[in-house]
Amino acid sequence: MIKIDENGFYGDFGGAYIPEMLYPNIEELRENYEQIMASEAFKEEFDRLLKDYVGRPTPLFFAERLSKEYGAKIYLKREDLCHTGAHKINNTIGQIILAKKLNKKRIIAETGAGQHGVATATVCALMGMECTVYMGAIDMERQKPNVERMRILGATVVPANSGSKTLKDATNEAMRQWINNPVDTHYIIGSVVGPHPYPEMVARFQSVISAEIKTQLLEKEGKDSPDIVVACVGGGSNAAGAFFHYYNDEKVRLIAVEAAGLGVSSGKSAATTQLGKPGILHGSKTLLMQTEDGQVVEPHSISAGLDYPGIGPVHAHLFASGRGEFLAVEDEDAMKAGIELSRLEGIIPAIESAHALSALNQLKFKASDIIVINLSGRGDKDLETYIKWGNY
Amino acid sequence: MNRIDELFKNKDGNILSIYFTAGFPKLDDTIRIMEAIEEAGADIIEIGIPYSDPVADGPTIQDSNNVALNNGMTLKLLFTQLEGLRSKLNIPVVLMGYLNPIVQYGMEAFCKKCQEVGVDGVIIPDLPMQQYTDAYKELFDTYNLRNTFLISPQTSEERIREIDSKTDGFIYMVSSASITGAKKEVSPEQIAYFERVRDMGLKNPRLIGFGISDKASFTTASTYSHGAIIGSAFINVVREAKSLKEEIKTYIKGVIS
Repeated sequence: MIKIDENGFYGDFGGAYIPEMLYPNIEELRENYEQIMASEAFKEEFDRLLKDYVGRPTPLFFAERLSKEYGAKIYLKREDLCHTGAHKINNTIGQIILAKKLNKKRIIAETGAGQHGVATATVCALMGMECTVYMGAIDMERQKPNVERMRILGATVVPANSGSKTLKDATNEAMRQWINNPVDTHYIIGSVVGPHPYPEMVARFQSVISAEIKTQLLEKEGKDSPDIVVACVGGGSNAAGAFFHYYNDEKVRLIAVEAAGLGVSSGKSAATTQLGKPGILHGSKTLLMQTEDGQVVEPHSISAGLDYPGIGPVHAHLFASGRGEFLAVEDEDAMKAGIELSRLEGIIPAIESAHALSALNQLKFKASDIIVINLSGRGDKDLETYIKWGNY
Repeated sequence: MNRIDELFKNKDGNILSIYFTAGFPKLDDTIRIMEAIEEAGADIIEIGIPYSDPVADGPTIQDSNNVALNNGMTLKLLFTQLEGLRSKLNIPVVLMGYLNPIVQYGMEAFCKKCQEVGVDGVIIPDLPMQQYTDAYKELFDTYNLRNTFLISPQTSEERIREIDSKTDGFIYMVSSASITGAKKEVSPEQIAYFERVRDMGLKNPRLIGFGISDKASFTTASTYSHGAIIGSAFINVVREAKSLKEEIKTYIKGVIS
């Protein structure tokens, strides 16, 4: 595991930069989450729901035709086969059980593309809890099917009309609503972002991904570590889960793939490690895309799930320490990689995950290398984007 | 002597602090608004440094932040506007801003500049106490700046005492579990919270803010503390004002008369 200090810092990044009004909420969580997560009752319920409800373990699939194309042994970790279509539900299952143990009555969440919102609305329906999801007004417009999915599941979807009306503003709005309802409400953050202990807690819920990779790889290859693990990074929850059990295994290359948008220098990008510098957003110190004056810059990516101006503090640390290798993939190349996987393996990936796939074009590796790509989600939600793009 | 300390030494109640956002409604209104506030008889001016992501603020102040940023307001420009401030005004001035723009400016440069132009104190809502004491307190002391922390109805007694021991100037009591913005009447639960904190015998004076908007709420707040802070309601006055100075004066006099 990667070391986090008592104040929630991974090296220089992390912490809990929150208004005092949120201090009791965060403190309650910080004091209780480890103990609750370590309890047998929690583990039993979490494992059972991941197995019987989410459908875990997800397969580790040897992608034979893709491997032949790129000249390496490529495995896909099939998070796209999780209930609701992405890895996001691993975290919402964990947090909803936690919220129940903390006697919370209401759940709030932010969402960008709507995947985390749907995963939250789903577990709230499962547990019979009231659910409100904040979503940027612009995102609500461009992700209508997910808005309706949340409503079918019984959640209230509230538009965030402030700022740029996208994910970061939905996050601001959720934090404001938590300030307004500090006692009976739990805020389910969807990525490894936010004030300590969220980044660590979410990473631990997602760590099931690399725990399974280890077991599955041992079965298939006779060793539990690949040479390379690749995952896309917006906030970075699927990457944190895929890297988690390999942080200290220095032989394993950890490749984090950011969204370059229309190009890193185009002014329309979400490549945070290349464009950002240390700053504070949503409660943690991390790498942040910002103006010289410290105002947060609006990112761009064709993939709504990668369209975030920051990055989880654990990834900022991986970048700064050199433990992780960071690549950036442009919209166009991600789309091509999505089509390529569809044609070679019969799997239409989420455009987020297509960024990870496209990294194969930039990476240097040997023919004998074993590469695991975390296929974080499926492409159903992106059908409209694929259709608009059209080159297939 | 720091002007905040001086104020609380000479006046022990009914202190009115007025918040406005720098660069709102127009980029160069800053000094004009400050002069009107002082002339109208308020006691402290709190200048908001606009930020793209003000998580502790309600729609009114969010909107004023957006307008100010679109007008081109920056922290650098604000300091330029405040140059020569002390040849015009005597009122204590506090800067309120989120941490990121200040950190990008540089905390030491920021503190130094505050002292140079005659700013007396700072409120940074997302700067945690631990970080402040570990990293910045010495700087604040060096440049004779008072740092104000917030407390809310959920803040434990132990935590309030810790904040009281590590802070100076005054304590900002958030009136209810909420973001900024005008509210309805003061509830019995709020009164109980005001009394509870009043009876703790803290070393720092207390001002109550969030939801204070008029003479009635100001008077109630002042009954249980040293005074109150008005923000959103004042922003609304400034936004609508046809004659900025006149309407600011009429509004403030209406609150304190």
